[in-house]
Amino acid sequence: MHVIEANNLEGGYASHAIWRGANFSVGQGEFVAVLGSNGSGKTTLFRMLLGLAQPLGGSISVFGAAPRRGNPRIGYVPQRHPIDAETGIEALQLVWLGAEGNRWGIGTGGRAATEEAMAALRTVGAEDLAHRRLGMLSGGELQRVFLAEALVGKPDLLLLDEPLANLDMRRESDLVRLINDVVRARKVTVLLIAHNINPLLPVLDRVIYVANGRVATGAPAEVLTSASLTALYGAPIEVLKDSRGRIAIVGIDDTPHHDHGEDHAEGGHGHAHTDHAGHHHDEHGHCYHDHA
Amino acid sequence: MMSTATAITTMPNAALFTFNIFADLQGMWQYAFMRHAFEAGTVVAVVAGIIGYFIVVRQSSFAAHALSHIGFAGAAGAVLLGLNPIVGLLVFTGGGGIAIASLGRRAANRDVQIGTVLAFMLGLGVLFISLYSGYATEAYSLLFGEILGISAGDVWVTLIAGAVLLAAVAAVYRPLLFTSLDEDVAEAKGVPVFALGLVFMLLVAVATSIAVQVVGVLLIFALMVTPAAVAQRLVRRPAQGIALSVAIALAATWIGLFLSFYLSYPVSFFITTITFAVYVAVRFIQA
Repeated sequence: MHVIEANNLEGGYASHAIWRGANFSVGQGEFVAVLGSNGSGKTTLFRMLLGLAQPLGGSISVFGAAPRRGNPRIGYVPQRHPIDAETGIEALQLVWLGAEGNRWGIGTGGRAATEEAMAALRTVGAEDLAHRRLGMLSGGELQRVFLAEALVGKPDLLLLDEPLANLDMRRESDLVRLINDVVRARKVTVLLIAHNINPLLPVLDRVIYVANGRVATGAPAEVLTSASLTALYGAPIEVLKDSRGRIAIVGIDDTPHHDHGEDHAEGGHGHAHTDHAGHHHDEHGHCYHDHA
Repeated sequence: MMSTATAITTMPNAALFTFNIFADLQGMWQYAFMRHAFEAGTVVAVVAGIIGYFIVVRQSSFAAHALSHIGFAGAAGAVLLGLNPIVGLLVFTGGGGIAIASLGRRAANRDVQIGTVLAFMLGLGVLFISLYSGYATEAYSLLFGEILGISAGDVWVTLIAGAVLLAAVAAVYRPLLFTSLDEDVAEAKGVPVFALGLVFMLLVAVATSIAVQVVGVLLIFALMVTPAAVAQRLVRRPAQGIALSVAIALAATWIGLFLSFYLSYPVSFFITTITFAVYVAVRFIQA
């Protein structure tokens, strides 16, 4: 049975479709990157899987059933968290809420609940952060805590919305490796929204690429090609590959003529700029910043 | 609730301080108005300390501040109509709370829009007060509190409102904390975040309405936000944070009443000064 199955799926807000005609399935234990420029509807796909948004057309199923809110088999790390430097609550409490926050009444985290939260932090190597204030954690530390919060209920599917944003390049690849280790060990399925594909390339099984109101899916080698992306964007796109296997996606035509020209410009040139701005990958696929 | 006739914001006659704390407390509590002030003040401090903690974690302190100003218009309107100010306070803060919650959590942090409504409501309150003959005293007690004018009946109203508030907070404790700290995850986990936002703003509305007796609409921050902000800086677990927030609010209220009795300056001045001093001291120590 597929973990996720979409048939002719259409996503968007109210009556306004952002993308349509999506057909894909995701199997158990697969690591999937969801790519596409800002506003292309990637988060909308996540909201559908979480039961927070309804398909405008077609159908989508999660674990063989229609998506529903509060599915304990799904762990979620959203893009935004209302945590700032003033947040004085310790990390362990947030992870504990990931397990018990949806239960009514008073609970202050008994021994079993605390141990469960601690175990989740241990899984992501963040045991030492348990009693640190959330407001004092760095971006990379916070992402590990959020991952622990998502993992605490032992989910079978993880939805991670841009966990790599705002991380420096070393932490970016460290986090990808950590996520990969956790999901391979637990056979968890992961959908991860990202802007930069390169740190993910060594671990990916599949890519869902959202652009130009359409969705392309397949193995990275199938989707991330000039021909495939040109067809998706409806404008000339070139996928450049360097000697170490890193890729850059660039728009060839400066004045693309398609429905979502802005998407194209952001997606295409953004990738080209980001990915050629000093990433270096070693033979293990680890990414380092070039300070030269 | 607050007397519509005279506002007693300071002691009629300064009592003599003997340096014998037990004798001084006894001397103070022989007056019914002081007993009532302590009883109501205790309930308000407990409620403000608890609700305030969630206000701080939710980063909604400006919305809570605005609610008290919205309440001022209601209280002034009630006075004009010859009603108990608490009726106007509850109606206006409740309505304002529902309106702010309906905007949604992120929208509820829109300072400019909320500030604009706040100023208008304060203006409306001034109009109502000016139409009422007892202008100066009434405005003063609503704006700065009038805890020394509390009757035995007011104490009961405060106690019942406080008990209902605490029961409600206990019922929604975990999901409320969850939505306050990580709303998107809570929503995905099936927590009814919109309904909880609405319930929370109504709790703030009731808490504000009873706290106005002690510190008035302008100084509500001193009891509802400052103790909780200090607590969040000092302890890392919510249960301990709430306990500390309540302890600070209680200490400020009790010490404020005591000092006011013997020094004859307004209670709300002492309460705001004590919480401010604690806040500054903690910031200074942590700097």
